[in-house]
Amino acid sequence: MSSPDLPLVAPQTAQPAPSGGSHQGTGKKQRVRRLSGRDRVAVVLMVAVPTLVVVGLVWLPAIASVLLSFTNWDGVGSLADVKVIGLQNYTDVFTNYPPFKPAVQHNLLWLVVMFVVATPLGVLFAVLIDKELKGSRFYQTALYLPVVLSLALVGFIWQLMYSRDQGLINAVLGTQVDFYGDPKWNIWAALFATCWKQVGYVMLLYLAGLKGVDASLKEAAQMDGANQVQTFFRIVFPVMRPINIIVLVITVIESLRAFDLVWVINQGRNGLELIATLVTANIVGEASRIGFGSALATIMLVISLVFISIYLWVVMREDER
Amino acid sequence: MSSTTIPGVGGRTLADTPRAPRRTPPARVVLYVFLIGASVLWLFPLLWALFNSFRDYSYTQANGYASFGGFTFSNYVNAWQQGDFGRHFLNSVIITVPSVVLALLLSSMVGFVVARFNFKFNLALLGLFTAANLLPPQALLIPLYRLFRAIEVPYWFSYSGTLLDSYWALIVVNTAFQTGFCAFVLSNYMKTLPYELYEAAQVDGLSVFKQYWKITLPLCRPALAALAVLEITWIYNEFFWATVLLQSGDKFPITSSLNNLKGQFFTDYNLLSAGSVLVALPVLVVFFALQKQFVSGLTLGATKG
Repeated sequence: MSSPDLPLVAPQTAQPAPSGGSHQGTGKKQRVRRLSGRDRVAVVLMVAVPTLVVVGLVWLPAIASVLLSFTNWDGVGSLADVKVIGLQNYTDVFTNYPPFKPAVQHNLLWLVVMFVVATPLGVLFAVLIDKELKGSRFYQTALYLPVVLSLALVGFIWQLMYSRDQGLINAVLGTQVDFYGDPKWNIWAALFATCWKQVGYVMLLYLAGLKGVDASLKEAAQMDGANQVQTFFRIVFPVMRPINIIVLVITVIESLRAFDLVWVINQGRNGLELIATLVTANIVGEASRIGFGSALATIMLVISLVFISIYLWVVMREDER
Repeated sequence: MSSTTIPGVGGRTLADTPRAPRRTPPARVVLYVFLIGASVLWLFPLLWALFNSFRDYSYTQANGYASFGGFTFSNYVNAWQQGDFGRHFLNSVIITVPSVVLALLLSSMVGFVVARFNFKFNLALLGLFTAANLLPPQALLIPLYRLFRAIEVPYWFSYSGTLLDSYWALIVVNTAFQTGFCAFVLSNYMKTLPYELYEAAQVDGLSVFKQYWKITLPLCRPALAALAVLEITWIYNEFFWATVLLQSGDKFPITSSLNNLKGQFFTDYNLLSAGSVLVALPVLVVFFALQKQFVSGLTLGATKG
């Protein structure tokens, strides 16, 4: 691979003076009118085929989930004899479904921990590694090694730490805590293992952002007598606003999607309830409550769409510049 | 968010003097200790798994895990045989390779059209793709599950007689999901290519498809390579869809097969360690061999490439 390095961050991401789109100064983009018939067919196909795949397998099922959430379908029998029951499923979710409340609480806790622990740690490591001290490569590699592992595998690797009888933590402390089994502990055990993976990811995103910050800005701030911390919080951090928003949105979405790790531990029961595992358990388990599970799925969908919109707004607006 | 207290490093003391002469200031020492400590802490769980995967079960039972000795290679042999790892690795390849190729092909087409032409719907199209990758997969589970169950296919096409519990289901779902992300990254990358290329190609009479195939794709090689590395890792690591869309254990890709084996591995942590190391090995090899692509792929997706 003797390819040129990929630009990690486009100049317009994190520089005070946007350098504008890449098409400025070149000819205007072509209108499709000037295309021959064959070319037109090619363009239509190149858009239509991928769009059909994505719409058919992602967006239509999402819409179907919303529609099904207003029905009482239990998955048996055909769709023809489905009764529409309005908001009944939602009422059930909120009023007489005991696991729902802990699941929401756990998802929120997940979000808070990712924000308050994993993100600041990732930012801190990024800033320190960005100083290019001796051994930066080693620290960077060590910290983001867990990023490449699957969350399911992270669950197994941490089992060697957490286990009650054979785990290292209990062996060292001389305790007998069943970190994965005890509902008092298991959410924290899962969160700790998730942070271990998440920190490297945040660090990487911020490292990319920091590389794009103009060095002259920092220098100017130092000349004006700002110390390092002031420089970071008043100059560097604000300039990285797009990255901040992206990390924020990704954190929210990932917290909402959290699934693999707790599913591996105990399928999201007994202190590890999450919205994602409730949806799955309502469908794949023996109790196939399709309408009810769809209501849960729709709740997830609505929350994530709010944040996806923010994300799109940020990245697309950069596009426009 | 700005009220983060930073443990272990007093930020105020880090007023570093540029190009300090040989003497390392005390603040620097603290910094190094902190970074090295963190790195060791981060590597430790993996190293611990590696360390115990080479040790004999009866030895660790007798002496506890916090001991040293009893080294053997037999855990790997046992894990490989009991877990039928050869088969599951093959499953992972069968699912991952077509998914990555298809996702890159479909997304590069969309990216090309968006970057090359000035359609009014470009932004909306890109939004449709990008957002698709960010939806929670659980929210699509029910319709897709029923859909795959309802589509009956001949037995030579899928042993189960439907698309459910077949490799096909996983390939199409992974493709659809990842196309969104790749389209976003590739369109950004393609927009950095000079437009004169296409004008020249137009003069030479190259058709639009040839422009995509002969000009754009070769120029996007670095981005395609970065994405391929990233996508291979992601789809190899994919757990949710594999768990819910497959039912027969022999079809599981390696990542979800470990969960299937939990029962057998549960009491023997040395075996579990060996299994974990085996599952982690391919991604770690990819990661170390292609670190640059991996990092640039990740950051391309989050920032503008």
